[in-house]
Amino acid sequence: MRRSGLGFLWVALVGCLLFLYVPIATVVVTSFNSGKSALNIKGLSLRWYGELFDDPDLGHALLNSLTVAVGATVFSTVVGTMLAVGLVRFARSTVLDAFVMAPAILPDLMLAIGLLAFFTWLGLPLGLGTVTIAHAAFGTAFVVAVVRSRLVQLDGSLEEASQDLGAGWATTFVRITLPSVAPAVLAGALLAFTLSLDEFVIAFFTNGPDSPTLPIEIYSRVRFGVTPEINALASLLLLVSVVAVVAGAVAFRRTERER
Amino acid sequence: MFLGPGLAFTAVFVAVPVLLVLSYTVFDRGRFGGVEYDFTLDNFTRAFEPTFRKVLVSSLGIAAAATAIALAIGYPVAYAIAKLPERWRSLVLVLIVIPFWTNFLIRTYAWIVLLNTQGVLNDALVGLGLVDERIDLLYTRGAVVAGLVYVYLPLMILPIYASVARLERELPEASADLGGSRFATFVRVTFPLSLPGVVTGCIFVFVPSLGNFVVPELLGGGKTVMVGNLVRDQFLKARDWPFGATLALIMVVLLVALFALQSVVSRRFSVEAGR
Repeated sequence: MRRSGLGFLWVALVGCLLFLYVPIATVVVTSFNSGKSALNIKGLSLRWYGELFDDPDLGHALLNSLTVAVGATVFSTVVGTMLAVGLVRFARSTVLDAFVMAPAILPDLMLAIGLLAFFTWLGLPLGLGTVTIAHAAFGTAFVVAVVRSRLVQLDGSLEEASQDLGAGWATTFVRITLPSVAPAVLAGALLAFTLSLDEFVIAFFTNGPDSPTLPIEIYSRVRFGVTPEINALASLLLLVSVVAVVAGAVAFRRTERER
Repeated sequence: MFLGPGLAFTAVFVAVPVLLVLSYTVFDRGRFGGVEYDFTLDNFTRAFEPTFRKVLVSSLGIAAAATAIALAIGYPVAYAIAKLPERWRSLVLVLIVIPFWTNFLIRTYAWIVLLNTQGVLNDALVGLGLVDERIDLLYTRGAVVAGLVYVYLPLMILPIYASVARLERELPEASADLGGSRFATFVRVTFPLSLPGVVTGCIFVFVPSLGNFVVPELLGGGKTVMVGNLVRDQFLKARDWPFGATLALIMVVLLVALFALQSVVSRRFSVEAGR
């Protein structure tokens, strides 16, 4: 930033970073408090982390979330990649695009009540299965978005050459198209996985009472105010996202440099 | 062949469910929950009764306030990031994104820890002698707005940053060369050209704020009710699905109307900026 006069921009930037990090930092600091109240610092301890790992409900919730996320991601990645290829190579249409992207654009509450009504109407029992379907619905849209943006950068001449040389569409897809969009497919899969793990509103409406996902379990605890175990859990989740974002940024930089 | 499975899936699990629940808006609630398929417009008249109208208006107000504050913070920050030297820029962007990839409930919960009467902010206020006794910061309208700004701020910063960073340096320089003051250059060149980012950012904050029921519940403590809470309650507590669907439809119609307004306004602005 050149010269003075723009000093307030610095203030805004530093102020914003403080605004973003002070609340989280408060949680992390209190997670190491040995006292029950979580708010008055009594002394340092890892007590709440210990209780966290001894809590079977949280373990189950995490397992439920991972089950849903894996199922939804596998489905969204396969179907979403095929959709993206179809939309870019065979049927360019803004109406179809909008139709496919709808679950990513619609307010989540709308999709949530729609799916609740639909599953009930079908008589499907609500549980992890219905949550997985629901998460696959919006995951697919995000995979399409990511893969499509890569596909439109490729001009399709390699695919044409492959078919001119006698390869069928299936061979062309597997040996030409898929390898050239593989990084985007992986990025789309990671996005679908992360979004599913984190998703609360749709899961809250389409899940039954017996198998809460991690966000639902967190919600049912934080409703009653400050809970020391949740401070510890929050700190761990924060650590996971720091590692994930930094790794993602480093990987992105590397691919950019190779290009 | 490629499109078949995906289109069928989207039709069955997105289009049909949304249309199904929207069709409920013109039906009666069943006596024991469920839906009675008798045509009626009662749900709509009920939604505009004073009690519910008040919630709709206050939801719009809260979402608008959150969007305005996020813009006031986000614009200078995005502008500052765009002016940073290259190697600092990506670091700061990562710092902006990290909270956003942290669980939404956890980020909301952090404000309970912060604003609680026994919380850190109260400690600070009392310690500095700014207030005599601990005050209720949590479970207020202000807490809801602060929480919404906090959880969605990165969604405001990133699109504005993208549009400011894309601005060619030549234009502001040309403006300065032609004698435009720094302020005039900003108002007449930089800001109009960054408007698409501003509009996108505002939509990204406003839309999820309006339908939110978690932040009002956790930080508003049931005292600040938004339209999302009403929809949730109709579906999961009162079991009046037709009425819940009607409220959701009204919310979506409001959003679509805003989009239409926004596209008209931004087209006019871009024409003026192009002149």
